[in-house]
Amino acid sequence: MADTAFVSVPHEPGAAKPDPILIADGVTRRFGGLTAVKVDHFEVQRNTITALIGPNGAGKSTFFNLLTGFDQAQEGEGQFNGKPLRGMPPAKVARAGMVRTFQLTKALSRMTVIENMRLGAQEQPGENLLRAFAPPLWKAREREITEQAHDLLHRFKLYEKRDDYAGSLSGGQRKLLEMARALMCKPTMVMLDEPMAGVNPALTESLLDHIVELKEDGMTVLFVEHDMHMVRRISDWVVVMAEGKIIAEGPAGTVMANPAVQDAYLGAHHDTDLSDLSLEDDE
Amino acid sequence: MDILFDVLRTAIAPSTAAFALAAIGLNFHFGLTGLLNMGQAGFMLLGMYGFAISIQQGWPIWVAILVGLAAAAIFAVLLGWPTLKLRGDYLAIVTIAAAEMVRFLGRSQSLAGLTGASSGIRGSDYKAPFEELSPFPDAIVNIGPFSMHGSRSSSWWLTTVTWAIVLLCAGLFWRLANSPWGRVLKGIREDEDAVRSLGKNVYSYKMQALIIGGVIGALGGITWALGNSVQPDSMGRPTTFWLWTLLLLGGAATVFGPVLGSILFWSSLTLVKSLASAFIPSDVLAPTELEPFSLVLVGVTLMLLVVFRPQGVLGNKKELAF
Ligand SMILES: Nc1ncnc2c1ncn2[C@@H]1O[C@H](COP(=O)(O)OP(=O)(O)O)[C@@H](O)[C@H]1O
Ligand SMILES: [Mg+2]
Repeated sequence: MADTAFVSVPHEPGAAKPDPILIADGVTRRFGGLTAVKVDHFEVQRNTITALIGPNGAGKSTFFNLLTGFDQAQEGEGQFNGKPLRGMPPAKVARAGMVRTFQLTKALSRMTVIENMRLGAQEQPGENLLRAFAPPLWKAREREITEQAHDLLHRFKLYEKRDDYAGSLSGGQRKLLEMARALMCKPTMVMLDEPMAGVNPALTESLLDHIVELKEDGMTVLFVEHDMHMVRRISDWVVVMAEGKIIAEGPAGTVMANPAVQDAYLGAHHDTDLSDLSLEDDE
Repeated sequence: MDILFDVLRTAIAPSTAAFALAAIGLNFHFGLTGLLNMGQAGFMLLGMYGFAISIQQGWPIWVAILVGLAAAAIFAVLLGWPTLKLRGDYLAIVTIAAAEMVRFLGRSQSLAGLTGASSGIRGSDYKAPFEELSPFPDAIVNIGPFSMHGSRSSSWWLTTVTWAIVLLCAGLFWRLANSPWGRVLKGIREDEDAVRSLGKNVYSYKMQALIIGGVIGALGGITWALGNSVQPDSMGRPTTFWLWTLLLLGGAATVFGPVLGSILFWSSLTLVKSLASAFIPSDVLAPTELEPFSLVLVGVTLMLLVVFRPQGVLGNKKELAF
């Protein structure tokens, strides 16, 4: 799976990338006495799939929140596509092209699937209060949006459900909907927090395919995942966090063979199946 | 038969329409956006004071209306500015307190020259400019079984105007709720963070909803005052409570829910009161106890309704139920 972009990138925490789309530097987030995130340096290579892994409580979701403006770091700077991220509110981060999903799925339950999708679209003039009174000003854009939504729903196998309330979907379908909705924004970078959690195995396959397609469509993907098999199958690059810090970086095989990574995992949950961390690269 | 006419008269009364208006405002807040405004009575009261005081200053009626509505808009901004960035319950607490403050300010002696303090402003001090616009005769007019004055106070003129405004505001709700703007508000009602993650400025949308709903509440206050008088204590916490009740009764997030809710609420109150005074001997239930007794009975009925039909009469259970 290795992407040619990484040939010259050293396998070490904080490694610089040839064409980074996202950069974080010296980012620290403390909750009282607990330092949840302390990342010295972090770069994501443009148009690749990067996995962010680490035991529970490592600070992955907190790091996501900091990068996407949902939480503010006490120290540190970020940069997305050349724009400084410091103090940028979440909505603005999204409009800049970095769109995220949440670990705890946020499907808008009492809205239909298609309305969920339409809400993701940008540049709908009817979202302005005054223009909302004049449908001729926004109906044409609404048709475009609906068409785009239908395409995505077909791809995510939710088309038949388009008029159902999102609350009636299964957990896995909600994850799919949330991801499809994020794509309605036409992002340049997608941040997925545990996109596979709670999704049944039949759906996982197609979800993996979707993520690979995002890269083919020119997007950059950063995703958090627990399942090492999944990580190994689709990621070009793996970043490992433990206790708030980045402890290793590299291609999946190299990273999983790293003793520090094995320690972090074994130290965190003793019940981890060792085969998940198997040393040999099976691809 | 008399009881039936009493009930019908309540159903079409301008006060019923005024409450429908204030509930439509609350529907923008809660039904559409999920905002917990626990002080809608305060918005109504500001509308009433703004209107009545302006007329007393000798300003034209349209200026007086604008002053009432602007007072509510400013109130919304003041309340929303510190609270809409926080969790929903902060708005609830602040609106309860702020509405009470408006009422206390109205009662206070220091402003008695403008507000009349606790005795309020008499209807005759501000109703004339509105009544002079009436195309109806200046006398009692009988239409079918209904008998009302043509132009004065709770008149045919006021009835026509208030229900027309109700229709207009229901239309406004329909247009906005079914637009992309309304879709953003519904998204916020469901999950603010999700809407943020899709690039929308949630704070600005919540502020817009709070202002629109508050201004419609003030419109309800003005129309209510045109049929009654300006009395700070007539717009206390119970008023806000009734507004919530009739909104949930009719069905939140629906176009006609608040309207139907207001009609049902006030008609059933009249029905219970009439029946009780007709059939319960006065040594069992004194006439002064009639009103509280009816309210309790209506309250219990509503509770049962909310238990057995949580989405209200018109509501969609999948969209908004309690
Ligand atoms: N809002 C918060 N307040 C206090 N502690 C928090 C908060 N959010 C996260 N934490 C703590 O920060 C650490 C990292 O959490 P999180 O980022 O959710 O980890 P991960 O996503 O890697 O499982 C955990 O110890 C968690 O308890
Ligand atoms: Mg997490």
